[in-house]
Amino acid sequence: MAFQFDSARDFLIMSGHGPFVWAAYGVSLLVLIYLVAGPLLRARARLREIRQQNAAQNRRRKTAGPDAASDAPAANR
Amino acid sequence: MVSSRFLQWFHRLGSPRGFYEISGKWLPWLSLVTLVLVVTGLVWGLGYAPQDAKQGNSFRIIYIHVPAAFLALAGYYVMAVAGAIGLIWRMKLSYMVMKAAAPLGAALTFISLFTGALWGKPTWGTYWVWDARITSMLVLFFLYLGVLALHYAYTNKDAANKAAAVLALVGTVNIPIIYKSVDWWYTLHQPATIKLTGGTSMHPDMLQPLLVMIIGFYCFYVLSLVLFTRAEILHRERRTRWVGDLAGAGRGGN
Repeated sequence: MAFQFDSARDFLIMSGHGPFVWAAYGVSLLVLIYLVAGPLLRARARLREIRQQNAAQNRRRKTAGPDAASDAPAANR
Repeated sequence: MVSSRFLQWFHRLGSPRGFYEISGKWLPWLSLVTLVLVVTGLVWGLGYAPQDAKQGNSFRIIYIHVPAAFLALAGYYVMAVAGAIGLIWRMKLSYMVMKAAAPLGAALTFISLFTGALWGKPTWGTYWVWDARITSMLVLFFLYLGVLALHYAYTNKDAANKAAAVLALVGTVNIPIIYKSVDWWYTLHQPATIKLTGGTSMHPDMLQPLLVMIIGFYCFYVLSLVLFTRAEILHRERRTRWVGDLAGAGRGGN
């Protein structure tokens, strides 16, 4: 199977259908990337948030001292 | 006979934590396979497949349009079945998968409609027509959004899960309509070129990259669904100890 275009320029122009083909592929690829990057970044952010909350809780516990009554539970979200 | 070890693993896979840990091991492989298939299919379809005799190079949009449409439809069944399992067996993880499938399906439906519009312009002279298939795909898009929106409409998580599952199940009637619309009604959209039985009317040089892209999109769907589900698991299980440990700050939640 051979490359179907005579030059890179022809490949971009696609015999006049270039704008349609490249817009279709371009937007679709952006959406596909978002469908992978989005949940990955969200998961990372959630873990970070939990880590910060836990760290804050630990600091409060240390300050209160080991014999003090336990802290009130963290606010429900 | 199914070994008990497999049953144990399967049972573990059905819990949020088990799913998270097991899927984490599969992610690198799944990503690699998906990437290879999709890139191969794209390069092949864009550069090496012959152009269509009537449509010319705009035909190449098929390599995204058809796989996206297939997955938009298949993904709806995934979402509906996940909802049904959640309703019948009250399985937490199943509801999470159902919620994860909604934005994914919506995005794939959008891709299918968008690429279809851009293909329609040079082919039919119009970006949009209210024919049976295109209209029912638009309905599919709104069904996906509706299922997602229902999750946010209820403060009670159980009520949200159930309402979304019911909508997902009710909407399944739309899928056969989409499939058969090109046969039942006069539509601008062409009938199926790929049939489950028998041959297809497409030349193999055009068909092969399409098959690669379809398989690649199936892998992509699984990858994205797993990622969305994992993010949802972390959110819903955020107060558990295992998530706390995973986040890594010493003592976790309850």
